Amino acid sequence: MSQYSLNLIFIGLSFALYIGIAIWARAGSTSEFYAANRSVGPVMNGMATAADWMSAASFISMAGLIAFTGYDNSTYLMGWTGGYVLLALLLAPYLRKFGKFTVPEFIGERFYSRTARIIAVVCLLIISITYVIGQMTGVGVTFSRYLEVSNSTGLWIGAALVFVYAVLGGMKGITYTQVAQYLVLIVAYTIPAVFIALNLTGHVLPQTGLFGSLNGGGEKFLTTLDRVVTDLGFTSYTGHHKSTLDMVLFTLALMIGTAGLPHVIIRFFTVPRVADARKSAGWALVFIALLYTVAPAVGSMSRFNLTTTMWPGAATGETFSQPAVSLEDIENSDQLGWMRNWQVTGLLNWEDKNGDGLIQHYNDAATDGPAAEMAASQGLQGNELTTVNNDIMVLANPEIANLPGWVIAIVAAGGLAAALSTAAGLLLAISGAVSHDLVKGAFNPNISEKGELLAARISMAVSILVATLLGLNPPGFAAQTVALAFGLAASSIFPVLMMGIFSKRINQQGAIWGMVAGIVSTLIYVFIYKGWFFIAGTNMLEDNAANWLFGISPASFGVIGAIINFGVAYLVSNATEEPPVEVQELVESIRVPQGASGATAMH
Amino acid sequence: MNTKTSDRMGYWRANVRVIWICLAIWALVSYGFAIILRPLLSGIKIGGTDLGFWFAQQGSILVFIVLIFFYAARMNKIDRDYGVEE
Repeated sequence: MSQYSLNLIFIGLSFALYIGIAIWARAGSTSEFYAANRSVGPVMNGMATAADWMSAASFISMAGLIAFTGYDNSTYLMGWTGGYVLLALLLAPYLRKFGKFTVPEFIGERFYSRTARIIAVVCLLIISITYVIGQMTGVGVTFSRYLEVSNSTGLWIGAALVFVYAVLGGMKGITYTQVAQYLVLIVAYTIPAVFIALNLTGHVLPQTGLFGSLNGGGEKFLTTLDRVVTDLGFTSYTGHHKSTLDMVLFTLALMIGTAGLPHVIIRFFTVPRVADARKSAGWALVFIALLYTVAPAVGSMSRFNLTTTMWPGAATGETFSQPAVSLEDIENSDQLGWMRNWQVTGLLNWEDKNGDGLIQHYNDAATDGPAAEMAASQGLQGNELTTVNNDIMVLANPEIANLPGWVIAIVAAGGLAAALSTAAGLLLAISGAVSHDLVKGAFNPNISEKGELLAARISMAVSILVATLLGLNPPGFAAQTVALAFGLAASSIFPVLMMGIFSKRINQQGAIWGMVAGIVSTLIYVFIYKGWFFIAGTNMLEDNAANWLFGISPASFGVIGAIINFGVAYLVSNATEEPPVEVQELVESIRVPQGASGATAMH
Repeated sequence: MNTKTSDRMGYWRANVRVIWICLAIWALVSYGFAIILRPLLSGIKIGGTDLGFWFAQQGSILVFIVLIFFYAARMNKIDRDYGVEE
C-alpha cells in the first residue's frame, strides 16, 4: 500500500472518531457550552488539558529546538511544565471555587470594575488570536505535506472539522474530542521515539536511553554526541553557553505565562469539585510529561542520526574517519529518499558549493578546531547542508530511521491532533470572552440563556473564520508574536489573578493600573527590539544580547512586566480606598473549598 | 458557611505555608539544580553528562508532578482538619 493511502486512512479514521464524539457530546445549555456542566473527572480533564496545551509547537517544533541547541533550550522543557505547579497551587482551585465561566468574569467581579473586565478581554483576545494563527498554519502545513493537497485546501478541511465539534459541542464536545486527540498524539510521538531509542541505545524507554550507552561501542550516547558536534564546529550539546540570568528569566517567563493562559485556565472550570481542580493539574502534567520527557531524547537522537547520515564515520564517534555523504547517494539511494521528499517542502536543502561531489555539513563560523582544519584541507566554500528546519526533527524522524510506513502515517495524524486540539481550546476561550464578557457582560446583561448560547455559537463560528483567514495569509510576524502571547499572559493575566486571590487589599484602581503598566512596559520592550507593531525596520535597537537591558531578551521580559504589574498594583491600591466589604467577603469565600457546588446558584 | 473566622484564618495560613514549601522545592530543582547550581553539581556524573543536565531535561519535570500531587493530598487533609471540605 502506498504511503499516500496509509496517510489518508490514518488521518481519515482519526477525523471520523472526532466527528463521532462531537455528535455524541452536543451541548444543550451555556453551562455545557462553557464548562461541560462541571462534570469532567480530574483524570479525563487532565488528559484534555494536556491536548489543549500541547500545540503544534510542542509536538512538531520543540524537539528540534532542543536538537540544535542542546542544554540551553532546556528552558522550554522546564518553562512549559513548571507553570502547572503555579496553576495548581496559586490559581486553579480558587478560580474553580469562584464557579463562573471565563477569566475576565473573575477579574471583573473581584475588582468590581467593568473596565478591568474589558482590559482582561482585550489581553485574552490578543493572546489567543496570536496563538491560534500558529495552530492553523500548522494544520495547513501538515495537510499539504502528507495529503498532497494545497495548503489552503488543508486549512479549510481543518477549519470545517473544528467547526463541527466546537460549534456543536462547545466545551463538552471539545473536552471529549481532546481526550481522543491526546491519545492519538501521544501514541504518534512515542512509537518512533521508542524505535529510535532501541536502535541507538537498546533502551525501550527514550527517557533512560538518553543517558544510556550507544549500541556496540559502549561509550555513553551523550559523550559521543558532544564530541561529534564539537568536531563539526558546533557548541557542545550538554554544555551551558547562554547567559545564566536570561535562562532563568526566560524559564520563569514561560512558567508564569503558561499559568496565565486563559485557554488553559478555563479547563479547570470543568471539574466537579475544588479538590479535583488541584488533582487535575497534576494529571495534566503527568500526561504532558509523557511527551516532554521523551522530547529531549527525540531531539538529541535525531540530531545524532542526522549527523551520522551526513558523516557516516560519526556513527562510531570518529567524525572524519570516512568521507562525507556523496551528492550521488543523496540524489539516488533509497535510504536517503526522505531527503529528496523534504527538499520539495523547502525545509531541507543542500548545495555542493566546492563541486567535490560530497555534501559536508559543518559550522562554517568556527575559525579553529577540527571543523576549520577539515574545511581548509578539503577546500570547502562553506556549509553545504544549507537548510535544516527545526520541524524536520520530528516530522522526518521516522523516515530518517527507516521506520515502516504506518508509523509515518501516525505521526501525520498526531501532528494534526496536536494542532486541532489546541486550536479548539483557544477558539472556546475567544468565543467565551466575546459572548459572555462582551455581549452578556457589557452590552446586553438581560440576554436569555438561549440567546447567549446562540451568541456563543455565532462568535465561535466567526472566530474560526477569522483564524482560518489569518492562517491562510499569516502576518509576517506570526512566529515572533508567540513570545508576545507568553509575555502578555505573564505580565497581565497571571499577576492580576494571583493578587485577586492572595490579597484582599488590591482594589479596582490597583488592578487596572497594574495591568496597564505590565502590558505597556512589556509591549514597549518587545517593540524596541522587534519593531513597532512588528513592522520590519522600525526597531530602535538591534535585537542582540549586547543591546538588551541587563542582558534580558524580549522573550524573557514578561517576568519584568509581571513585577511592574505587582508593584504598581500594590502602590496604587495602598494610596486609594479599600475594596468594598462584599468584595473582601468574596475573596474569603473563594479561599475555602466548602460550598463550591452552590456558588453558581448564589449569584 | 458555619466555620468560625479564626478557623478560616488558620486554614489560610496552613495553606500558604504548604504553598511556600512547595514553591521553594519548585525553584530549587529548576532554577537551582538545573541552571544556577549546575556547576556545583557537575561532579555527579550521569550517563555521559552531569546531574544538572538530568534535572534540566528530566528531573525537574518529575519533581513538579510529585509536588502537585503532594499539595493536593496535603490540602485534602487540611480541608478536613478545618472542616471546610466540600
